Amino acid sequence: MERIGTYAVPLIVVGIVVFGMCRKTAVFDCFTAGVKEGLSSLLAMAPSLIGLVVGVTMLEASGFFTLAAQVLSPICQWFGIPSEVVPLGLMRPITGSGSFAMLNSLLEQHGADSFIGKAASVMAGSTETTFYAITVYYGAVGLKKTGYTVPAALAADMTGMLLAVWTVRLLGV
Amino acid sequence: MLNKMWFGMVVAAFLCAVMTGHIEELSSAAATGADKSIQLLLSMAGVMCLWSGMMKIAEQSGLTRGMAQVLSPLLCRLMPDYAKESRAMQAVCANVTANIFGLGNAATPLGILAMKEMQKENRSLRTPNRSMTMFVVLNTASVQLMPTTIAALRQAAGSETPYAILVPVWLSSIGALTVGILLVTCLTSRMGVIRTKTGTKKVRSRTT
Repeated sequence: MERIGTYAVPLIVVGIVVFGMCRKTAVFDCFTAGVKEGLSSLLAMAPSLIGLVVGVTMLEASGFFTLAAQVLSPICQWFGIPSEVVPLGLMRPITGSGSFAMLNSLLEQHGADSFIGKAASVMAGSTETTFYAITVYYGAVGLKKTGYTVPAALAADMTGMLLAVWTVRLLGV
Repeated sequence: MLNKMWFGMVVAAFLCAVMTGHIEELSSAAATGADKSIQLLLSMAGVMCLWSGMMKIAEQSGLTRGMAQVLSPLLCRLMPDYAKESRAMQAVCANVTANIFGLGNAATPLGILAMKEMQKENRSLRTPNRSMTMFVVLNTASVQLMPTTIAALRQAAGSETPYAILVPVWLSSIGALTVGILLVTCLTSRMGVIRTKTGTKKVRSRTT
């Protein structure tokens, strides 16, 4: 399984470049234009990321996460998920930057290649910032009610988080 | 929401540090955090730029447009209130494809365009119809070919296999998406769909 991930990256890169070349796209010019966009989105993300890394570091130093993990561990054991990743799961639908800050602290603490590190990475990668999307899209057309959106979206997020832990465990990546 | 949350984080950190006797650690944490965040941004930048460059080639070469065409029949079945040729559906297909390729800058404006087009045919000014609900849920549980930020964070944290998570990410996000789609389908099944003579379908929503 790890192999697929390793092969996927060069295949995606080569595939895109070859396809672009066949279509007579100015591949390098496009690449640099994309890099420029990447830099500007990184810059756009920076202020909130800095703020939230400060917040998460403070919480971590205060022992909050250790305490939360202790409180949550009985429920988590029942679902078969490590309690360390629960705060990340709670934060993911609300804030992108916050969950990236949280993920970073988990990667630092437990190691990126540990079970918790991988499960947390998959958790953060398998869903979007749900409430942000809902606010932006309904806000854009002025709809005040969201109908069944929130329950359906949150159930999907829940599924994604449980699957994140289970897939990492079962596939043994 | 973030204002309250950030406030909550800072206050909770203080209270917790007093309770558990970690006040000394906390005194240096704010500064450490700020310092760390800049290092993090710098070490993430390379990988983020690499993938947004690659995905830009995919966009400009027409790879994303091809993908949108492949996905179009599927998306039309999920959003039966709008005809395949409608501007709404075209924007929907483009948005979903942009999300798959991780083109965040392109996806959001396309999504807003799709919502505006869909709202034109919506009977209610307050409640979304079922296709709109489906569309927003698709956007909250987005499947991504390359989870750029996660890969960048893992690389920054010194992972030996930053991309080992790729397959689990695909599987979990597809699983989450499936649950989202099934739930929207079940919950909104009471809302009917009717076609008009012009071929654009109109919605009759009973829950206005």
